[in-house]
This record gives sequence, structure tokens and C-alpha cells, in this order.
Amino acid sequence: MKSVIEYFKGIYNGIKSLLVGMSVTGGYFIKPGTTLTQQYPDNRDTLVMFERFKGEVVMPHNEKNEHKCTGCGICEINCPNGSIEVIPTTEVTEEGKKKRIIDKHIYHLGMCTFCGLCVKTCPSQALAFSQEFEHAVFDRKKLTKVLNQPGSKLMKGVE
Amino acid sequence: MEFSIYDFSSFTAWIDQSLRASMSPGLALAIEMLIIGVVILIFYAIVGLFLVYAERKVCALMQNRLGPNRVGPGGMFQTIADLVKLLFVELVPIKNADKILFSLAPYIVIIASFMAMGALPFAKGLHAIDLNIGVFYLMAVSSMGVVGVLLAGWASNNKYSLIGAMRSGAQIVSYELSVGMSLVTIVVLAGTMQLSEIVQAQQYGWFIFRGHIPAVIAFIIYIVASTAETNRGPFDLAEAESELTAGFHTEYSGIRFAFFFLAEYINMFIVAAIATTVFFGGWMPFNVYGWEGFNKVMNLIPPFIWFLGKTGALIFLIMWFKWTFPRLRIDQLLTLEWKYFLPINIVNVLIMALIVLLGWHW
Repeated sequence: MKSVIEYFKGIYNGIKSLLVGMSVTGGYFIKPGTTLTQQYPDNRDTLVMFERFKGEVVMPHNEKNEHKCTGCGICEINCPNGSIEVIPTTEVTEEGKKKRIIDKHIYHLGMCTFCGLCVKTCPSQALAFSQEFEHAVFDRKKLTKVLNQPGSKLMKGVE
Repeated sequence: MEFSIYDFSSFTAWIDQSLRASMSPGLALAIEMLIIGVVILIFYAIVGLFLVYAERKVCALMQNRLGPNRVGPGGMFQTIADLVKLLFVELVPIKNADKILFSLAPYIVIIASFMAMGALPFAKGLHAIDLNIGVFYLMAVSSMGVVGVLLAGWASNNKYSLIGAMRSGAQIVSYELSVGMSLVTIVVLAGTMQLSEIVQAQQYGWFIFRGHIPAVIAFIIYIVASTAETNRGPFDLAEAESELTAGFHTEYSGIRFAFFFLAEYINMFIVAAIATTVFFGGWMPFNVYGWEGFNKVMNLIPPFIWFLGKTGALIFLIMWFKWTFPRLRIDQLLTLEWKYFLPINIVNVLIMALIVLLGWHW
């Protein structure tokens, strides 16, 4: 008798759970607002990527053309596949001391795996990810970028 | 000649008479068969292309996607573009394959669905052959497709194909029982196997209403079992992309693959059409005995619209199954049939017989 009850209970529960599943997909079918697909090339002008999207590594500059990179080279050491080359130079400060500053921060986009270790380990938060994702170019040389803008200086107060 | 979209019998009779008037009966018959063949072929292509498009749209909406939307308005011509591509694709010759059986298999699948199409009543008078054993014939013919599947699996000389084909064989052998039994339930109620009479008997009240509880149970079992019979998800073990690449049609390319693909959709149409005819009154409008005004409004809609509408609704149900449920394992598949459907079905036929004997239907 117990097994008979179990048998019909199984049928009842089975049908119930199947109907729950069908109600979910049926709900999506009749509600077109749930569609997630972005029609990319059409909505190119209005498309906004989400904040945590890792597009490419950039070095933010403020309005006075100053960046935060001290040229310490931690990003270069941490990069797993050598996408970053930091070329330092020295500068004489007002007190007459020699100081290591950055000459070129070279970023090879073609080699980057977007792991984010450089951004994460930078002690002065000089690097960030941009939301730019249209990276295709016809010449490979264009994938090698210099992140610090020409004539830019180290921001005051960043050591 | 009077032509009406509500009754095609005078139209078909006129074609028959005008052919017989100008030639010998044998030649007239041959030409009639040719006409029907061409008409069904065209219908076949249109339905196949439309269903592929419909399936892609339905599954996209159920998965929060958009589906094809680039070729033509709303992606309407996507399937036509796909078909043209498939026509130009090379037919890859398979080493050590059984050449004759390999090329024969898709045609058997196609022919099986073609034969079933001929016996379906599309509208009043739009019925190629009205056999007095119509239900039996449809069951026999629609399960013939598995021969093609088995041949394809065997002739491909590929282990995936063979496993897929064997699964398909096991599946059809089990689920054909359920399909048959659920149709027998309705045959008991109708008292005939002739499809035109089954449709006629449903003028005031479709069988799913007249046969109430056992008819509803029979319908549920039929729709699930026939989903399994057409090798569609959640019962698509014969293809099982994740395990068997493409199952029985792994080695097929180009138009031969397209035949298998098309036959799957046509089989879906055929099982839905059988369910429509047997459970939902075929091309009969929804009439209620005594409600004259309501019946008149319903009768304004042409019968073939009723037929295609009901069939379309059932096809949507089958698609809904496919895009909701995960694929069954082979043991779950056989458990479902032999431990649940078959015993329930046998009891159901008995209940229906009792109800018919006691006159508890209406």
C-alpha cells in the first residue's frame, strides 16, 4: 500500500515540478521586456558598458595633465605575460635630489590577458580599466600603446 | 463549378470530373496522384521552413534572446538563406560507409513523413486518402521513420551514430506503445478508425471534452509520447549533442542532413496534426450544441484555419517542452514509459471502455 502511495505521489510531484518549469519559460515567452540581447552595432551610440568591465588598461590623467605613476615598476613585475614595460628616467628635484620618474609606460594590448594584476597591485592607483572594447586594428603596431600622455607630470603628493 | 473555402469537396470533385472527361481513368488517377504529390511537396517545404523559423524564435524568446533578426523583416528569410547554403554544401563521402544504405536513409525518413501527410484531413474535402483504418495507418507510417534513423546510424560506420540510432530504436519501440494505446482510447470513444468520421463525430464537442478525464489523460500521454517518438527534446537522446556530437546524423552533410532536419520538423507537424484530428476536432470549428449564434460566428472562420491554428498551438506546446526540460537519461526514459505511461494507459483504456459502455460521456 505504501509503495502505491509513493507511486502516485511521485507522479503528482513530477507533474507539479514540470509545470513550475514551464511557467518560468512561458513567462519569459509572453514578457518580451525580459529579453537581454543587446543589438550591438545598432546601439553603438547609446551602449554603456558596466563599470567592472575590463576593456583595456589606461592611466587616468587629471585636467592639469598629471598622472599618479611613480615608475616603481610593480606592475611590470606582476604582469604574467610581459605586457607592460616601464621605462624610467631620473629628474633633479628643487632640493637638488635625484628622483626616479617615468619616461614611458608601454602597454602591449596584443599580449594582455586582462587579468587585472597590474591595476590591483599598483600602490598609487595609477592604472585603471577603461570600458573601451573595440580593439580591432589593421596594424599590430597600433596595439602597443604609451599610457602616460606626452608632457604629463606626476601628481603632487603621490610618492 | 462552385468554389468555397469552407468546403473543398466540390472543388476536388470538379478536378476529378474534368480530368476523367478528357482522358482514360488510369491516366486521370496518375495525374491526380501527381498533383497531390506536388501539392504536398510544396506544403512540406513551406511548413518545414516556417517551423524551423518558428522554433528559433520561440526558443529565443524563452531564453531571453531575440533569435534571428537580420535576414528580412524579423529574420523571416533566415531559414531560406540556410536552405540555400545547405544546397550548396558538399556531400562529404564517408570512407567504409555502406554507400547504398547511407544515401537511402534520409529518403526513408522523408518518405515516412510524406506518407503520413497524405492521410491527414486538412479541411472539409481536403483529404488525399480517407482510409477506413486511418488512425492505424498513421501510427504504422509515422513510426517508419525510425527505420531511416537506424539505417543512418548503421551505415555511417561511426560509433556515435550507431549509439544514437540504437537509442532511437529503443525509444521508438517503447513509446510507440503509448502513442498507440492513447489513440486506442479515443478510437474506443469514437467507434471508428476513419479520420473523416472521427472529425465528423466531433462537430458538437471535441473528443477531449466529450471523453473528459480519460481523454485528457490520453492526450497528455499522447503529446509526451509523440514528442519522444519524433526524437525531440527532452527525449532527443538519439542526437544528444553533448555526448554523441550529432547522433545518427553525425556523418551527414549538405542536403542529406537537411532532409533529416526537415523531417524532424515535419514529424512534429504530423504528430500535432494527429492530436488535433483525434482530440481537438480536426478542422471542425468550436461549436456548442444549441448555441446557434455562437456557432455561426465560429463557422465563419474557414476550416483549414481552424486546423492549422490548433496544430500550431500543439506544436508550440511541443516546442515549449523542448526548451524547458533537460534531456532524460536512457534509464529514466525507459522508466517513464514502462513504469508510468504503459500501466496508466492500460487502465485508462479500460476506464474509457467502461464510460462508453455506461454512456457516461456526452
